[in-house]
Amino acid sequence: MPLIEKGHIVEDSFVRVADDEALPEGASVLVGIDRFLTEAEALKARQAPVGVVWPNNRPIAEIAPHLGQLSLIALNFPSFRDGRAYSQARLLRERLGWQGPLRAIGNVLRDQFLLMERSGFDQIEAVKEADAEAFDEATHRYTVFYQPATDARPSLLRQRLGRTVPGVRS
Amino acid sequence: MAAPQQQKLKVNGPVAVTANRLTDGAVVWRTKAGGWSVELADAAVVTTADDALALLAEAGQRDLDAVGPYVAPVIVDADGALAPGNLRERIRVAGPTFELPH
Amino acid sequence: MYAYDEFDRAFLAERVAEFRDQVGRRLSGALSEDEFKPLRLMNGVYLQLHAYMLRIAIPYGTLNAAQLRRMAHVARVYDRGYGHFTTRQNIQFNWIKLEELPEAMAALAEVGVHGIQTSGNCIRNVTTDQWAAATPEECDDPRIWAEILRQYSTLHPEFTYLPRKFKIAVTAAGHDRAAIKVHDVGLRLHRNAAGELGFEVLVGGGLGRTPFVGKSIRDFLPARELLSYIEAIMRVYNQYGRRDNIYKARIKILVHEIGAEEFSKAVEAEWAAIRDGALHLTDEAIAEIRDRFIYPAFETRTDQPAELVDALADPRFATWHRNSVHTHKVPGYSIVTISLKPVGAPPGDATADQMDIIADLAERYGSSEIRVGHEQNLCLPHVAQKDLPALWAALDAAGLATPNVNLVNDIIACPGLDYCALANARAIPVAQEIAKRFADLDRARGVGRLHINISGCINACGHHHVGHIGILGVEKNGQEFYQITLGGRADEHAQLGTLLGPAVSYEQVPGLVEDVVDTYMELRAGPHELFIDTVARLGVEPFKERVYAAH
Repeated sequence: MPLIEKGHIVEDSFVRVADDEALPEGASVLVGIDRFLTEAEALKARQAPVGVVWPNNRPIAEIAPHLGQLSLIALNFPSFRDGRAYSQARLLRERLGWQGPLRAIGNVLRDQFLLMERSGFDQIEAVKEADAEAFDEATHRYTVFYQPATDARPSLLRQRLGRTVPGVRS
Repeated sequence: MAAPQQQKLKVNGPVAVTANRLTDGAVVWRTKAGGWSVELADAAVVTTADDALALLAEAGQRDLDAVGPYVAPVIVDADGALAPGNLRERIRVAGPTFELPH
Repeated sequence: MYAYDEFDRAFLAERVAEFRDQVGRRLSGALSEDEFKPLRLMNGVYLQLHAYMLRIAIPYGTLNAAQLRRMAHVARVYDRGYGHFTTRQNIQFNWIKLEELPEAMAALAEVGVHGIQTSGNCIRNVTTDQWAAATPEECDDPRIWAEILRQYSTLHPEFTYLPRKFKIAVTAAGHDRAAIKVHDVGLRLHRNAAGELGFEVLVGGGLGRTPFVGKSIRDFLPARELLSYIEAIMRVYNQYGRRDNIYKARIKILVHEIGAEEFSKAVEAEWAAIRDGALHLTDEAIAEIRDRFIYPAFETRTDQPAELVDALADPRFATWHRNSVHTHKVPGYSIVTISLKPVGAPPGDATADQMDIIADLAERYGSSEIRVGHEQNLCLPHVAQKDLPALWAALDAAGLATPNVNLVNDIIACPGLDYCALANARAIPVAQEIAKRFADLDRARGVGRLHINISGCINACGHHHVGHIGILGVEKNGQEFYQITLGGRADEHAQLGTLLGPAVSYEQVPGLVEDVVDTYMELRAGPHELFIDTVARLGVEPFKERVYAAH
């Protein structure tokens, strides 16, 4: 599946490793939460970047103690109609201060790209090739945004008043 | 609430497969030739659950012509003419049961 | 009237372009129906029994004449010449073609009207009192706050795929015409002892399969903190609302399962982290929105001008005046309700011609403003009393002056099985038959205020739980049956109705309702005891005995 990072289709430098698969030598790995928690020491000892898929049903605040050892956080959309990861993403960025890569995975479709970008995702793993190619169009369809979110787009509340909001990532 | 698509299939009598046309939502019926017709008279009629499921599966393979296919009861009269088999289908075929505003 | 600015207009044009692209992708096969459905729903497009249906938002129930005229145009060109006003300050067109929808939406967008978030699991059209800025009862114009919420919630990146739909209603008057206690969030605007504006916040109200009256989780939320508090509620719900079962996914189930106190604690904790952030409303931000509302230039007038007094000699006019004209906050002005319930017609429907006539009359007599209420009637909020006779004559000629507002044949009904893909039973013809039983409006007036609400299925779009008489259509062995409840109400004393007894057949409903009404007439303490008060005093038992003995 094509991976889009900051608007461009890129090679995925992380290997997605299932819980029962051996860890590939020296490679950056993206693992599930169970493996991440049970093999924390082994993963640390590998000296290679580690990413975790944080589940929708676990409060995102619980990731806080682990942020220092993570190089990637992926949040899942089991269906594009399931929006829990939007809240998790915003909390990660705005509350927990996560500056590293944040990836949307799962049933990720074109019509949700903009919402994902606005919620703080900077990596998007699209299901469809054609959707990935339309990324630029899909995220530039709108020039007007009513409400402040995680992204740097000026919101209408601010635009109208010419004020800026502190604490918003640019 | 319980749209027919969500209900368990029960076949006791003649049934057809119906849906709404993608472009305008018009009520359509699955035909023997594997197409869709706005005329109930053109509908393929089956009488067993297996045949109904087969007809439904075949109708659902492509969702570009018609949307939301399901199995609906029909009445076959002595001359073989078809009529909708319940109130919901009568309304789908004949429109609302009161005079529309004009 | 709220005046959209260049930002709003640009946004709507972009939205239309996006939907046009989505329809194109659907028609080409790039989008499956499963993928397209939530996208069309988010633009108010349903697929019903006979055709696609387009639901257009009328934010906080306010329309101008040009907008209503454009709706008439859409009804004529893209539909079958009429529209249906709903219980949530929306209008629905029942016969729209998918291929033509982008054109229809573009035509509506030109006058600032759209179907955005009239469906889907998002924050829906925010509703309020149709008498806003006209009634003397209110502490502020609730539409200011509804507009702030509209802007905040439009295409919200975090809250567009909630567990389930989310409905917010606002009232600023002591008498609640917005049914805030049966909404996911109800906001009651009031002033505290220091004279500051704030909201009482209720959560977890709602009808449908599991009805609840909302629970108050905050007595006084300073008005300028509205958005951060709402965001806290939404964030708690988005993360913890159930997604395993569509019937248990509304916020009312979450509030019920963990308790209002626990829920409130979670909201307060989230709120503490964001209340001083980007959503804090400054006085300037509020004033900027407030300034975009245009109010009529009221002239200095007095109540009961000679033109009105003379006209009241005509008994037909006097009857309509007593029924459909209400007190305005400015002397010499009145609020006029336009009944969309002529006896025997589908409740809430208006033809394109009627919409045009109402738009003309609003321009001539009502500062170009039209309101839509959840009772499925329209309203001209600012009419000079001297113009009432002429307005009435014009409404009467168009079949729009039935003096039955709030009476037994001012029935609220969902579209039911005649249109709706979810319905189990018809609602509109039931309403028509009941209305005909009380076609003698003298009799209906003798009965007094009585709200009948009819829903064609448990989803309760006709708000049957909160009807003084509630009627719910169910299906039994392929036949339509109806459960009757008594004693529900949607106002500030909101409560759910009590089941009267076993469900009855379609044919039995009008007679049964008549028996209920006759029983009330016999049992009431006097002509001033309303139906709802008699039911409250006596319970449903005496009604049950009488009614089921007769059937």
